[in-house]
Amino acid sequence: MSNMNMPSWGLWLMALGLGVFVTMLVISVKRHRGVHRSLFAWPYSLWMIIFTVVPLFLIAYYAFTDAQGNFTLNNFYSFWDSNFEMKKQLSDMGFDLAEMGLNERGTVNVDTLIYSLWMAFKCTIICMLLGYPAALFMADRDFKLGSTLVVLFIIPMWMNFLLRTIAWMTLLEDNGIINNLLVSLGLGRVRLMYNSDAVLLGMVYNYLPFMVFPIYNSIDKQPRMYSEAAMDLGANSVRTFTKVTLPLSLPGIVSGITMVFMPSVTTFFIPRVLGGGNTEMFGDLIERTFLTADNWNVGSALALIMMLLMLLSISLLRRVDPKGEGGSLL
Amino acid sequence: MSQENRLIQLENITKEFDKLTVLDNINLYIRKNEFLTLLGPSGCGKTTMLRIIGGFEFPTSGRVLFEGKDITEEPPYKRRVNTVFQKYALFPHLNVFDNIAFGLKISKMPKKDIAMRVGKMLELVNLQGYEKRGVDALSGGQQQRVAIARALVNEPDVLLLDEPLGALDLKLRKGMQLELKRMQKALGITFVFVTHDQEEALTMSDTIVVMREGHIRQVGTPKHIYDEPKDAFVANFVGDSNIIRGTMPKDEVVHFCDMDFNCIDEGFDKDEPVDVLIRPEDILIVGTDVAQLKGVVRSVIFRGVHYEMIVDAGNFLWKVHSTVMVPENSSVGLSIIPSNIHVMRVSDDKLAKEGIQ
Repeated sequence: MSNMNMPSWGLWLMALGLGVFVTMLVISVKRHRGVHRSLFAWPYSLWMIIFTVVPLFLIAYYAFTDAQGNFTLNNFYSFWDSNFEMKKQLSDMGFDLAEMGLNERGTVNVDTLIYSLWMAFKCTIICMLLGYPAALFMADRDFKLGSTLVVLFIIPMWMNFLLRTIAWMTLLEDNGIINNLLVSLGLGRVRLMYNSDAVLLGMVYNYLPFMVFPIYNSIDKQPRMYSEAAMDLGANSVRTFTKVTLPLSLPGIVSGITMVFMPSVTTFFIPRVLGGGNTEMFGDLIERTFLTADNWNVGSALALIMMLLMLLSISLLRRVDPKGEGGSLL
Repeated sequence: MSQENRLIQLENITKEFDKLTVLDNINLYIRKNEFLTLLGPSGCGKTTMLRIIGGFEFPTSGRVLFEGKDITEEPPYKRRVNTVFQKYALFPHLNVFDNIAFGLKISKMPKKDIAMRVGKMLELVNLQGYEKRGVDALSGGQQQRVAIARALVNEPDVLLLDEPLGALDLKLRKGMQLELKRMQKALGITFVFVTHDQEEALTMSDTIVVMREGHIRQVGTPKHIYDEPKDAFVANFVGDSNIIRGTMPKDEVVHFCDMDFNCIDEGFDKDEPVDVLIRPEDILIVGTDVAQLKGVVRSVIFRGVHYEMIVDAGNFLWKVHSTVMVPENSSVGLSIIPSNIHVMRVSDDKLAKEGIQ
């Protein structure tokens, strides 16, 4: 029954939202002269400022300051050398690091980032290879099961991704369904979980729809007349695909890559569940730095680096497809 | 007509979509180098017929012959036929040059030849210097000409055009009509043109095929179709018309409006019911003393070249075109010379009767 004790400020917030909504609706319906349209953007702007701009500034602030609030670049050194803070403390206390054999660079942060990028890259490629044919089938008007396939791809998305990921555990566990099946078939158990392949599987499973649907849209909205025109001009079905359908679906591919790659890099929770703590990705690292190590400054620096990488990858994708939908995520 | 001249032959073509018959047992041949127009109201099956010739649809039954060879099952890319699509279907990811060169590149023609052929084609459609333009940056008329160039550059035996002028404004359309006719003559290519615009069909065609609800109603030259329509539907669809029910008491005499008129038609049964067609421009306004029919002007509309009047005479509202204005409600006489009276057999089906007032 604890759910029933909803804090009253939650209700107040909902009432406030409703009030704003109704007011906006009334104003926009009976637009008085002199009421400028930009007025309607105000509540949304306020929302964005409070929940996007301010946190961004906070992250930037923490990233460039130390625990005392003084400007410093040490948090970024900590990214490069995860032992940086410890070594600094030790040498401040007068220890000789060389003598203690502690001069080596701690590579865990950089390694985790590279590992995350590599995992995200693999995940994106696999999603693309699996997703494109699926999208092609779904958009094929002569393929009767196309619309069924669309629904089948949507249904898992109705569930929270944590639940979906945990569901994989029951399949992959040492005592899971697959292993029990193998045993009952007289085969030995196989360790399926607690490695990076299981993590990759979880990522592909979770992010595949984000690849399929943009591509599906970009193929589905292509008028049939384009492929007919290509066939009319002598292209067989393979060349019609390579010369017309594929290039015209490029915006969908770019959009799909963006929508899969970016959340893939910051993936967290999936490695913890399916990787069993043997593999850590950058999202988990940031979370651990904030919550476990309780170091908001280094955590912010890591988040900031992550964000810069995102911006970089989006701008690269934008170059491939200047007017495409991929950039619309920015 | 010798068989050799028949480039394309449609034999007993029937096409059904979900048990709806769109084309019903069509038989038609298309001659080499002719400009043939499929004319009819929307939903008559003319576009489906064009798509069957192009290979985009396959007939439910029947055969398509190309120079005597059965091509019914051949995919579009194997046919020596190119199409100008209704909405042009220019590839949005390619510029003008690459759009036109598409077919040549597919056929692996050397680059030099491609450039030369495309250049010549741009000249033909009057678009020199537009090579690098994106197709979205072109006006409707320019896009249309690119679409024509893209099809013609492959030197097809037949060019199929699916209402290509529908999206253009009137003036541009008239210009393109003449332009298309000129190209067809200059290149010696067979054109199969689909339109619902009877004026367009009359202007451009060597042969008009009038269609209605999956059937061919009449095939003939524009003049033949206009002057000698087979039934009331064709008469009504091609040009303005007055159609009145009458009978044939004997050869060269037709009876309508309780009067006998001399005409030049013969070969009907005695007192056979007939549909009588008189074009509005063939009705002369004369003094009441010499008139065959006397009546009252009900309305007058100025149409530019002529006045269109509705004259109530002999219990029929006659549409009359005249360059002379007669005021409303004045009494006038109407006269029709025998050769301008066209007598048609009554079609049994409902469709033809709909054409009658």
